[in-house]
Amino acid sequence: MFWYWDTHPLQWSSALAMIIGGVVVLFLSLGVVAYAIYGQRKFLGWIQGRIGPNRLGPFGLFQTIADIVKLLIKEDIVPDQADRLIFLLAPIIAYAPAFMVLAVIPFSAHHVFTANLGIGLLYYVALTAITIHGVMLGAWASNNKYALIGGMRSAAQMISYEIPLGMSLVGVILMAGSLNLNTIVSAQQHGWWFIVPQFLGFCIFVVASTAELNRTPFDLPEAESELVAGYHVEYSGFRMAFFMLTEYTYLFAMSGLVATLFLGGWSGPFLPGWLWFAIKVTAYILFQFWVQGTLPRMRQDQVMSFSWKVLLPLAMLNLVLTAVIKGFFM
Amino acid sequence: MALEDEGNNLRAEEMLLNVGPQHPSTHGVFRLVVKLDGEMIVESEPVIGYLHRGTEKLAEDLQYTQIIPYTDRLDYIGAMLNNYALCHTIETALDLEIPERAEYIRVIVMELNRIGSHLLAVGSYLLDLGAMSPFLYVFQERERIVQMLNQISGARLTYNYIRVGGVRLDAPPGWLDEVREFVPFMKEKVKMYDNLITGNEIFLARTKGIGVYDTETALAHSLSGINLRCTGFQWDLRRKRPYSVYDRLDFEIPVGKNGDCFDRYYLHLLEMEQSLRIIEQAVEQIPESGPVMGKVPKMIRVPKGEYYTGIEGTKGELGFYIVGDGKDKPYRMKIRRPSFVNLQLLPKLLKGENIANLIAILGAIDIVLGEVDA
Repeated sequence: MFWYWDTHPLQWSSALAMIIGGVVVLFLSLGVVAYAIYGQRKFLGWIQGRIGPNRLGPFGLFQTIADIVKLLIKEDIVPDQADRLIFLLAPIIAYAPAFMVLAVIPFSAHHVFTANLGIGLLYYVALTAITIHGVMLGAWASNNKYALIGGMRSAAQMISYEIPLGMSLVGVILMAGSLNLNTIVSAQQHGWWFIVPQFLGFCIFVVASTAELNRTPFDLPEAESELVAGYHVEYSGFRMAFFMLTEYTYLFAMSGLVATLFLGGWSGPFLPGWLWFAIKVTAYILFQFWVQGTLPRMRQDQVMSFSWKVLLPLAMLNLVLTAVIKGFFM
Repeated sequence: MALEDEGNNLRAEEMLLNVGPQHPSTHGVFRLVVKLDGEMIVESEPVIGYLHRGTEKLAEDLQYTQIIPYTDRLDYIGAMLNNYALCHTIETALDLEIPERAEYIRVIVMELNRIGSHLLAVGSYLLDLGAMSPFLYVFQERERIVQMLNQISGARLTYNYIRVGGVRLDAPPGWLDEVREFVPFMKEKVKMYDNLITGNEIFLARTKGIGVYDTETALAHSLSGINLRCTGFQWDLRRKRPYSVYDRLDFEIPVGKNGDCFDRYYLHLLEMEQSLRIIEQAVEQIPESGPVMGKVPKMIRVPKGEYYTGIEGTKGELGFYIVGDGKDKPYRMKIRRPSFVNLQLLPKLLKGENIANLIAILGAIDIVLGEVDA
């Protein structure tokens, strides 16, 4: 059949299905991003005693679309002293992996558009590491000091937090015995969601993923009050939008990963799988917005020492505990 | 100057970073030229004057009453206090008798304005540190204050309300009751801010032990207001050189211990509480009725001589120095602007600091550029 391309990948029908799948996921992610931004503005507005966007369309639902159109028709400014080629390429380098990681996230029970990849989790972690190159190159090529500081901070932060993030994932891998995200979901279907046995790992993952996403309280790379806009300070128009798109696509991907690894993925009673997945993803995204509306920003050196001195040892401990319990009692 | 990294035989350079004049956290058009060695600040130089309007020079061509609206534009979030500071100096020079009711109204509006200013200081400081919500919360409370000041003076920001010899208008009926109701409401809100902000671990980590200086340094740089009190030095002109009716009111002067950014933030909250106490008592003590304007000569002429009085402004000692030559215009006017004076310490505080602390330190000094540049 057309859709079961993961079992026989080398056929024309499979190639067509992959392209269709890619396009569908692209539009899905764009929709999620648009309404995540809308949701963020609305939700933050409520937290802050405001109304949020309410002008365009019912409840301001078309606000983000208007914003995107605005960004599209803006001039694409390249600073004179910028490294032109890299400056123009950087947003794409940043965005491509953000979109590619969506390939392995199982959106629903009948993983129609999901690559049933044996090393799914490794693929995810490896690809996210590419984005930092886009961010750093963009920052460097802008020839702007604020961007440079933002880019350097971003690099230091992402590298530091990737390690505890990866470590916290190993606990889940041990529990499920697989790197395949579909297997991890099915391992949670009979028994506890991994948030219960892997609670420490979950906490580490949430903190580290917040830092990976450059969100409050780890939003130093684009700290508005310090670095104006951080690494994308010189970008305008749709290239700036690409950086924003990267950020929110990652938010979506990371929420999907949290849902898959710790909250049982698409599995759940009564409701269809895709709806369960959507609920869990939305919950995590709202949690991120809630944190954003609540906490101040950490300082660079504190962020670093927190990663290396607190999160990493905790992640190690979690790994050892999981291994010992799994080895002796299960 | 090139720095040599001898171990690796690399050439490293200092970086010159312009913070401002268009920067979201400089609280206006303020520019700071920072010389960076890596992330360390080697040297910093504030560049001011982007908002300079020459208030002092303009005043030389204005009659005394005409100067009052210009003072509104100095520290524009504490305009009542600016009005009062000028009028107080002129009144001292003329030795005027101020009606009791006017004095109490002045104290009430000044303390209301002080609370509004402190609220904004706390909110914008948190915004500097990356927490966006408190900044929007403070505007809700400030809105009530601004509404009350609007009712009594007819303006929301530039009040032009306090006049030489009294105030422009008496409080409208029911206004004092509104103030009375506001006090317990605001007390709750101050507690809320205390709960929301003070215990926050990230906030503490960003402010405790940051930008520390001692009393000697503060006095040597003639700091005043919260910037001086945070070092533990008790100095409040409302107590030390009482003016208006402050000597009849019971309030405390909260002081800090460590002289760091946290103390400076926390004193704002404590001072709001004390201001509420003052308002509470003033509303009780105010005479039921009576004139709000004293007997003032038709044309105000400050006699020959030099006059200076300072009041406790929102940011420190706010003083007007007037040289009179018997005419209806001052021969020379000098304003002691606390923001301007407090800013002096900044380069010293920033030296050797991490660049991440720059905003935290600058924000805690709490400047208003309208006042710095005058």
